[in-house]
Amino acid sequence: MLRWLIGGGREPQGLAEKSSVQTIGEEQIQNPYTELLVLKGHQDIVRFLVQIDDCRFASAGDDGIIFLWNAQSGEKLHELHGHTHKITAIAPFSSSDVAEEKTNLIITASADRTVIVWDCTSGRQVQKVSCFHSTVKCLTVLQRLNVWLSGGSDLCVWNQKLDLLCKTSHLTDAGISALVELPKNCVAAAVGKELIIFRLSASNKGSEGWNILEVKRLVDHQDNISSLVSVNDLTFVTGSHIGELIVWDALDWTKQASECNFWDSSVHQDVQPEIKLSQSPHETSVQHLTSDEECVFAAVGKGIYVYNLQMKRVIACQRTAHDSSVLHIEKLPNRQLISCSEDGSVRIWELREKQQLPAEPVPTGFFNMWGFGRTNKQANQAAKKVQENTPVYFLELVGDLIGHSSAVQMFLYFGELGLATCSADHLIILWKDGERESSLRSLTLFKKLAQNGDLQLKL
Amino acid sequence: MISAPDVVAFTREEELEDDLYREPPLPEEYSVPLFPFSGQGANPWAKVAGSKFTRDFILISEFSEQVGPQPLLTIPDDAKVSGTFDLNYFSLRIMSVDYQASFVGHPPGSAYPKLNFVEDSKVVLGDSKEGAFAYVHHLTLYDLEARGFVRPFCMAYISADEHKIMQQFQELSTEFSKASECLKTGNRKAFANELEKKLKDLDYTRTVLHNETEQQKKANDKGYYTTQAIEKANELASVEKSIIEHQDLLRQIRSYPYRKLKDSEFHPYEPECALDRADVGSHDQDPTASEPGETHLYTHVPSYTPKLIKAKSAKCFDKKLKTLEELCDVYFFTQTLDQLHHIERTFRGDVCYLLTEQISRALLKQQSVTNFLFEDVSFLDEKPPEKQYRGCQGLGQDVMDEKCLEESLAPKVVISLGSYKSSVECVPIKMEQEMEDSEEPKMSESVMSEQQENLDYLDADIKGSISSGESIEVLGTEKSGSGLTKSESQASLPAMASPQAGRSKVGSRRTVSEDSIEVLSTCPSEALIPEDFKASYPSAINEEPYADDDERGLRFTPRANLGVHHGQDDISKQESLVQVDAACCIGKESPSFLEPLAEQLGQRPCEEDGVVRIPPQPYRGPAEQGLRGGFPSHQGLSGGLLPYELDSRHLTGSREVSKSSLDECSDSTSHISSAASTCSDRTPSPAQPACAQPGDRHRKRAGQNALRFIRQYPFAHPAIYSLLSGRTLVVLGEDEAMVKRLVTALSIFVPSSGGYTKPVKHWVTSALHLVDFQKWKLIGLQRAVSPAGVNVLHALSRYSRYLSILDADSKTLRCPLYKGSVVARLADHRTQIKRGSTYYMHVQSILTQLCSKAFLFTFCHHLHLPISEREPEESVVSRRMNFLKLQLGLANEDIKIVQYLAELLKLHYIQEPGQGGSPLLRFDYVPSFLYKI
Repeated sequence: MLRWLIGGGREPQGLAEKSSVQTIGEEQIQNPYTELLVLKGHQDIVRFLVQIDDCRFASAGDDGIIFLWNAQSGEKLHELHGHTHKITAIAPFSSSDVAEEKTNLIITASADRTVIVWDCTSGRQVQKVSCFHSTVKCLTVLQRLNVWLSGGSDLCVWNQKLDLLCKTSHLTDAGISALVELPKNCVAAAVGKELIIFRLSASNKGSEGWNILEVKRLVDHQDNISSLVSVNDLTFVTGSHIGELIVWDALDWTKQASECNFWDSSVHQDVQPEIKLSQSPHETSVQHLTSDEECVFAAVGKGIYVYNLQMKRVIACQRTAHDSSVLHIEKLPNRQLISCSEDGSVRIWELREKQQLPAEPVPTGFFNMWGFGRTNKQANQAAKKVQENTPVYFLELVGDLIGHSSAVQMFLYFGELGLATCSADHLIILWKDGERESSLRSLTLFKKLAQNGDLQLKL
Repeated sequence: MISAPDVVAFTREEELEDDLYREPPLPEEYSVPLFPFSGQGANPWAKVAGSKFTRDFILISEFSEQVGPQPLLTIPDDAKVSGTFDLNYFSLRIMSVDYQASFVGHPPGSAYPKLNFVEDSKVVLGDSKEGAFAYVHHLTLYDLEARGFVRPFCMAYISADEHKIMQQFQELSTEFSKASECLKTGNRKAFANELEKKLKDLDYTRTVLHNETEQQKKANDKGYYTTQAIEKANELASVEKSIIEHQDLLRQIRSYPYRKLKDSEFHPYEPECALDRADVGSHDQDPTASEPGETHLYTHVPSYTPKLIKAKSAKCFDKKLKTLEELCDVYFFTQTLDQLHHIERTFRGDVCYLLTEQISRALLKQQSVTNFLFEDVSFLDEKPPEKQYRGCQGLGQDVMDEKCLEESLAPKVVISLGSYKSSVECVPIKMEQEMEDSEEPKMSESVMSEQQENLDYLDADIKGSISSGESIEVLGTEKSGSGLTKSESQASLPAMASPQAGRSKVGSRRTVSEDSIEVLSTCPSEALIPEDFKASYPSAINEEPYADDDERGLRFTPRANLGVHHGQDDISKQESLVQVDAACCIGKESPSFLEPLAEQLGQRPCEEDGVVRIPPQPYRGPAEQGLRGGFPSHQGLSGGLLPYELDSRHLTGSREVSKSSLDECSDSTSHISSAASTCSDRTPSPAQPACAQPGDRHRKRAGQNALRFIRQYPFAHPAIYSLLSGRTLVVLGEDEAMVKRLVTALSIFVPSSGGYTKPVKHWVTSALHLVDFQKWKLIGLQRAVSPAGVNVLHALSRYSRYLSILDADSKTLRCPLYKGSVVARLADHRTQIKRGSTYYMHVQSILTQLCSKAFLFTFCHHLHLPISEREPEESVVSRRMNFLKLQLGLANEDIKIVQYLAELLKLHYIQEPGQGGSPLLRFDYVPSFLYKI
């Protein structure tokens, strides 16, 4: 529709790419987000959004500043200055001292090799640690044990008062890229291609002392582990740069299942070299993983894959969900899935069960998602799936949010409060349900009227 | 009057602007005969001016003790203005009606001369032979060398239009009071200086005389006094007496309470502190209450060498009298001139323009909840001359409202109380009459006539006491009633009514007599409000019952001044709420909705030829309307809102507009205001075209461009719909001038979100971003061929869901579909409106309708919140939609317009004054279509 406008403005490559991505058009009945608020403040790429409580969230990025926002009004609550370099990790930490009310803290790690604990209510810096030898790349709070872990070139365990309880020896220069809590006081750390399981054990000396021991090294991945997520108490999942997805048993750390090359439906990779060429390693990298009880959702390259843990296979996928890499995905309670990408868009998907018989014509929506360029293969695939005679799911695009002019790094789903997205264009956008906001405003309006006494009839 | 712009449009003027769209000439039989007086300030009510001057001017005259009355200067200072008009003669006339009871000199029983801080007097007088009518403002300035230390001056606003003077009396009075206050301030300063110099002289003289006497004493050892010595001694004694007298004078002048000067010595004239100024009057009455802090004003004395004063002062005819400039200190004199120039600018042009402007201003003020949307904010902010406490505007009515309610049961007490009281009580009479409508005219009339008799009777008293001679008939005079003693203020009561009586006299007199001067009325500075012309023909003015007048004239009370502005806001809010409730049951009550309006319009008879004979009438305060219909403020607008949908074709499509009939309620509203806008176009002010309000020019141009747009582009409707529904419209084009013109044209449709400027960006060359759509709702964008231009287009396509794009080069529009009817009325491409300003006002009137709908929608509680706690959200939603569709009569996309406006209203109301609040962007996921010519 815009062809008349753009003319031949866009580069042909972009157009070619575009054609393979499902588009939804301008009419999006199911998209509730009809109002937006732009939150300005950051000076550089905003990479992290973290929820503090029901209505507050923090944002952090390459400018080293942390902002606290009200998710309802978009009001800037605090501006936390303290880091001199970009923020590399952020974690919320609600400390619940006995007989004291809960205070919300956030821990931030920065490339300036410091970690700062902030009080979210006052906006003040509680404590600062700067004894690190390398940048802390990940932070994990073990709420149960009231300690938190920092992962850099080594793994340190801290208590709430920022006393260093114990640390591992130097692991690697590259540092720990991801940490996840496992049952039985264990944590899994992704270090390069390896997955190292550590166990925290109480030291003999005192109640506060902890020791950390390396329990096991898992070397099943062929490439660097890029994402690590815990599914439930029994399972966790890892994904690597070349698209391996491994499901682990959280108790005995054995491999339950693995999916390799699942980004490519074709078993015969060599038959179609031209396709292979376009699939650079980057495009098969598992960028982000999320899960619910049944499924693991993987952002692989430009696509989204739904892996069912029981069936141990991919039940639905959207091979080119975005124009470029998907950076973050999240599952919503209502069978919906939100993804954001480097192309600057956020898309809302719905996982639907496909009921059609194979003989029936394929609906366009389904047809589209395979892209136009690979009709033969997709027919192949469809046929194969039907043969398996299991329910077939597909991801239906129900809406997209276009607002950022650059890569959307992350988003935060606030339920009915809306959705916060952060981007490399330095902005945070709060997407809101326009209907709900409108009625909220009416409520406020009448409250204010009553407050001003304007509701009384005066003559 | 409404029709005037359109009729004129057919005949001349904007042909140049319009040539592109000029229609074929009309057949002879359809063309409207030219209005005979279209030459200057043409309007159907323009009086045939028999005057010898071309336009209104201000004359300052002095009653010189040497040569008698003489004109000093005119504003504008142009010989052409006064033409053959005999200024000397007129000066004589106006100076001969100074009724100031100013007594300066030795009052009986007082040892020293006393300065009287007299109030200015304000009279209206007419000279039917000369065709001149004047508002005359007398004031006295102090001059040490003058007889009795006073020099009488007067400032007169001279116009050929009697009605202008009468109707604008209050405004003129306020403005001239400022000028007078400024003059007097300067004069007091100068007088004090003069006194000080004189004192020094006297002191010096005394020393000299004393020395001489001493010398003589020494030289004279004869033991008796020579005549020479006695003379010297007498001289010395008289000098000493003189010193005491002058010291006393100085003390008096210094004790003049002048609170405004406390702050800074040299800024006494501040238009903003008008409210303070209103207080001055009351302080004037009480000169003993001096404030010590104020005397510093006069303490600054330049170094001065005393002179010896001769015993015998020069004959008064020998000396040269001080000029006005010398009397008043140069600074204050120029300030005064500025103020007078301002007055001249404000009041030039025909009275109907002034009135309509005042009406629209007053109405706008009441719409504080909605008026930010489409009104020119500068127009609102700009302080109209003392609107805040002008009784005739009905803005001081908050006090009145309460009183009315309290006392509505005892309407007949008219005379026995003070003027203020009586004013209060007069209102209910009117109320009752209005409420009962004309069904019981007799009863109310009897009340009227009774009152009228009383007034006449009292008036006669006054008349008798002052009338003087044949050529001058004084029909009523009064001094300022404020702050007088009890007895005086009671005495002033009858004078309140004097204008009516005066006018009734005038009516009869004019037909029979050849008198050259009639004093039509004189009145207290605040009390009198001129009457509106309600009758269908001028000579019937006096037959009208005057209850209205009483009400209006008396409604104003000085006490209402303070805080009225605040009260006003509150009131309009309250009123809003009144409407809200009513709106809930609109179906039932719509008849009463209409009633007041019809009533109002009923007073505008039309003659057979379809030309409205009645010029616009002064704004009728909301107090009465409020009590009548229960819809005080938005009455005129909402009244026409629901059942009487504006028949746009009537307005836009034909010249029958002029047949303003009763049911064209909305039309009449727009017509009235359209006159206001055309004011500047036709104000006969060739000398100073720059004086026209800049807003007017802009409006006119925008209206003209908008007209052109809707004629030129068949897809104007969806484009305007985009703007009204808050979807940013981007005008894309290579030619900056063309894009800017389009943006200007479309900007009149852009609702403002409450900021000081409209969210319009005329020209952007860089790529747009989401933030821009939050901030701007109408953007002119450069289409460039450069790589940057590609980015610009890319951004456009990326954000296309938030945008409507008007391509000015290829004449295409990409935007959502519009199927409503509001915009069709707003922008009918077959409209016969030719003038930009007329079209602008047409747009404004429809937008105001929309605003009032949005207002009802926003503030109707049950449309947004459940009635009971258990009520499901769905039923609220369906109620809401029903209201929009059935009650407000909106269809399809029009609903979205009103919803968007309602959101703006909510945001505006919720917003805390301090914080700006981050702008939010609302949008819809709706498909767009491409329109081509």
